[in-house]
Amino acid sequence: MSPEAFEKPIGFQDVTPTLARKKREVEARLSHVFSSWGYQEVMTPMLEYAETVGKASAISEDKMFRLIGQEKAMLVLRPDQTAPIARMVNSILQHEPLPLRLFYHASVFRTQEQAAGRRAELYQTGVELVGEPGVKADAELLALAITALQACQTSKFRLVVGHVELLAGLLASVCSSQKKQTQLTNYLIKRDYVGFEALLHQLENKEGVAEILQLCRGLDKKEYLEPLLSHSSTQVVKAAKQLIRIWDILADYGYASYITVDIRLLGNIDYYTGMYLEGFADGVGFAILSGGRYDQLYGQFGRSLPATGFAFRMNNLLDTCNIDMMETKQTTLFYPTPLRKTAIAKAKELRDAGYIVVLQIDDEQTDLVWRET
Amino acid sequence: MELLTIAMPKGRIYEEALEILADAGVPVPDDLTKETRKLILTAPEAQLAFFLAKPMDVATYVEYGVADLGIVGKDVLLEESRNVYELLDLQISPCRVSVAGLPDKKTVNGRIATKYPSIAEKYFRSIGEQVEVVKLNGSIELAPLIGLADRIVDIVSTGQTLRENGLIELETITTVTSRLIANRASYQLKYKRINQFYDQLKQHIERRGSRDEDRQSE
Repeated sequence: MSPEAFEKPIGFQDVTPTLARKKREVEARLSHVFSSWGYQEVMTPMLEYAETVGKASAISEDKMFRLIGQEKAMLVLRPDQTAPIARMVNSILQHEPLPLRLFYHASVFRTQEQAAGRRAELYQTGVELVGEPGVKADAELLALAITALQACQTSKFRLVVGHVELLAGLLASVCSSQKKQTQLTNYLIKRDYVGFEALLHQLENKEGVAEILQLCRGLDKKEYLEPLLSHSSTQVVKAAKQLIRIWDILADYGYASYITVDIRLLGNIDYYTGMYLEGFADGVGFAILSGGRYDQLYGQFGRSLPATGFAFRMNNLLDTCNIDMMETKQTTLFYPTPLRKTAIAKAKELRDAGYIVVLQIDDEQTDLVWRET
Repeated sequence: MELLTIAMPKGRIYEEALEILADAGVPVPDDLTKETRKLILTAPEAQLAFFLAKPMDVATYVEYGVADLGIVGKDVLLEESRNVYELLDLQISPCRVSVAGLPDKKTVNGRIATKYPSIAEKYFRSIGEQVEVVKLNGSIELAPLIGLADRIVDIVSTGQTLRENGLIELETITTVTSRLIANRASYQLKYKRINQFYDQLKQHIERRGSRDEDRQSE
């Protein structure tokens, strides 16, 4: 039978021993960093109800794997980890003191339109900080992400930060038509900056448009945001204040240089409510992490709580971690059958001393023989 | 200075893309302007590397980050929906994506031949017409002549190819020009370099635009 006959479903991948070792190593380093910052690991089921967690998820329903559960309810394969954690926090963890600091290592599942090469199972390691509003929490997350990336020896990296309210406020200040604001936002979602600028240039408030375009550059110092503090829109002032404070806090960590603000950066606009972030590293064309503040989600699980979080996209992160995986040498211990008991004892002795030992019967031998293989 | 890698499209847009880079003062390697079989060319003093690719593949190379920037027709971006930043309209190689067919022919099989199945699918759905889209990779004009399809969806610039084959342009789906696109990670990591490159091209395009206007008003 050719392997084709027993191949796996499209979008799913096996993990080879070498990659599995690297993945475990990176996960261990991330766990270590998260734990040392007071975050605790949680695990949730791989299946959830479509009606509850499925609906609350930031992932659109057409991207979920669906199946029918034994009580005939529609189930989904966990499309993200944030919604299941919200369910958990508002049920079995509801009496825990807030804020809660949680982390996870999990696979999430998404059907892919463009089949070739796109993954349906994505490995994620992430954190959620629940019950803490405001910039302190947002800044903690950014600092945690940077510390974690350093611990994984990530190549040169950068976190890009946007703010839902800042963008909305800026667009509203140059354009009163709700329809045009949506159009502008849609261009940004499609990452079509040509369309975005062309539509801006049609607007009448030339001064406001020029100001927005001026902000559409890599803003790598908080000074670039300071003029916004005297903006006519209170929404803009508030969001700019938050970003500046986040930057100040990160400066105390010594992390200010890892941050760029991009006012055009948008995540799922129905989901994120404040700061939004994505991380990029040399050598990988895709984001290695994303996240932000989502203060609306918990209300869907019966108790409204402010929350902020991010997840590393492990498939991308692993490509950029320069961790030298030491090839540990393996020793094979050959023994003749009558010496089995001695061989087992010897193997234990060697393993206790840190060797990797494989036992191998070899009746041609008269005594124990071991060598590196 | 960081190295910037730029994916250039072979074919229709190539000459004009090269010209706009050269005119904007981007040091273009001599070999790029000549007939060459080399696939990768560099301008080491400017820290630029160029490679040539099929237009449909340019967006793919950029999405995966093997090229930081690319020059590509809007038609490709509409067709491929790649996850890249569309930075600048270079205003070169203007053309239309249009529906064309034989004159006075009634629709019989509702079949559309095209290199752009996704654009065609979306367009006919938006006007509420049921069609069967057949993907071809070239010589699309042949399809109505030999009865594979009633109509085609293809790029039209002067309309000469259509006329030579006795076809007429029926509807314009959209007009397209070439765009400068950027990989998402490159754009955020090499923003200084890319913004500089962007400004250089943009200023040139604006200068050229105002020159054209002057000429028209004379």
